[in-house]
Amino acid sequence: MSGPVTDTRDLFAAVPRTAFDTPGKSHGLIDVVRWRYLLRLLVRTGVTTRYRNSVLGWLWSYVRPAAQFLVFWIVLGIFMNLDRVPNYAVYLFSGIVVINLFSEGFKNATTSIVGNAALVRKVFLPRQLFAVSAVLVSFVHFLPQVGLLLLVSLLMGWATHISVLSILAALAGMLIVMIFSLGLGLFFGAVNVRFRDAENIVELMLLLATWASPVLYAWTMVQDAVVDKLGWPSWLVDLYMLNPITQGVELFHYAFWRPASQYLVEASGYAGEALTPLPPNLGINTLWTLLIAVATLLLGQLVFRRLEGKFAQDL
Amino acid sequence: MSEKAYRPSIIIDGVRKTFTLNHAFSLKDTVVSWIRRRKLTSTFEALKGIDLVIGEGESIAILGMNGSGKSTLLKLISGVMEPDAGEVLTRGRVAGLIEVGAGFHPELSGRENVFLNAAILGMKKAEIEKRYDEIVAFSEIEEFIDQEVKHYSSGMFLRLAFAVAIHVELDVLLMDEILSVGDVPFREKCRQKFEELIAAGKTLVVVSHDMEMVRELCTRGVVISKGEVVYDGELEGAIALVDA
Repeated sequence: MSGPVTDTRDLFAAVPRTAFDTPGKSHGLIDVVRWRYLLRLLVRTGVTTRYRNSVLGWLWSYVRPAAQFLVFWIVLGIFMNLDRVPNYAVYLFSGIVVINLFSEGFKNATTSIVGNAALVRKVFLPRQLFAVSAVLVSFVHFLPQVGLLLLVSLLMGWATHISVLSILAALAGMLIVMIFSLGLGLFFGAVNVRFRDAENIVELMLLLATWASPVLYAWTMVQDAVVDKLGWPSWLVDLYMLNPITQGVELFHYAFWRPASQYLVEASGYAGEALTPLPPNLGINTLWTLLIAVATLLLGQLVFRRLEGKFAQDL
Repeated sequence: MSEKAYRPSIIIDGVRKTFTLNHAFSLKDTVVSWIRRRKLTSTFEALKGIDLVIGEGESIAILGMNGSGKSTLLKLISGVMEPDAGEVLTRGRVAGLIEVGAGFHPELSGRENVFLNAAILGMKKAEIEKRYDEIVAFSEIEEFIDQEVKHYSSGMFLRLAFAVAIHVELDVLLMDEILSVGDVPFREKCRQKFEELIAAGKTLVVVSHDMEMVRELCTRGVVISKGEVVYDGELEGAIALVDA
């Protein structure tokens, strides 16, 4: 029989204590960098297997947003006359793609831990990888939609009206939305292991997300309603604009819809309304919403790491 | 085991693991149980203070009845679970043959799965590429390697999964009841591979009910009963205690 182990002093005689690791210790998102090869494989697997065994395959990445777009365009644009926003179709679509990026990333990250239960229960690996890869996969699926948006914008003379700022705005919008969805995804993904209610809460949040941002309407309508019609304080509008998704949508409007609509508005004989004015704090709000998104990510991480130790037994 | 200061590979110090079993799964259940004054949860002590030191190069069998806590102990060593009290320390790369094939994706080809699974087990790209041919040769399914894994027979699947797991660069190998995979020639091949690992000075921790295999591989036996170590020493003594 071996001696009592509680006498730990001579255990470290031959090998120093520092040579040992504690198994299962998580280093947070740093692990994701360390395991980047696996992350790459997970993203590749997620992308290539998504449309396996479907005849239309990648076309579904276009069909879904196209259907969504058509419904909104016909009902809101034509029936309800919201198309007084000039070039409403492009306006609508540039917002929808942002919402889709957010929804896909957030939803997939939330279910990523439960979806990989077999692995989480048996093999130790940084579990954040699943959430990160879910968001990256949604980004890959978002690219063809942006491609389509870009194509339409180009046909409308987008290229002659853009500046470096437009490109930067598009990139900033994607970054903010992705960080925000990863942060929320980590939080709800971790909670979802123990309480599957999280999935339903997320569904509900996503339902609201489309309407809580100026995708279907213009931000000026919110201001008119809140300040002029209801007489509520204007900081409510500021608060509304600080939603990272709202900012992402507005940045995309700035990057795609605005330059693409210039020709139309400036054309002689144009009788419609002028372009919706830029939101007052578009620039500085980019910084603020980025900070909000990063704070969400840190909070999501914190909760995730707190709950991570129990994943294997709760699944 | 002598009392000289040897080089420990795994140190398990006063480890406890308690599982909370929920009896109420929803708000309704909770309210009903609360009204009837029934307990909402009960606890189950899987490990009640385990002390164990495993030295470098040792091959040790952990024996015990079903539900004695063997697999929980292995999960604590691999890091899948965390102990509630006490401390687990490991040195070097720990790899677990705990249900091989957990990371396999049925829609991917055998080749892609080799890379994916090896990466899941912590290998780097260059390491996998270096060992790829060896892995495929060991699995003996070269001609099917570019087919989707879902078309594999269960034997082929297990062989490939096992081949990946066994070729992971490791210092400590944890095995949970996987010695019983494959046909006789393949099992013999696995046994040889394990002996190679032992000869190379790797540490083996085996949880199994297959006493024959355990006898061939291990020298030390630990018997766990109801979450406590009841025997630690020569393998034959452990087997005698379990078989009794």
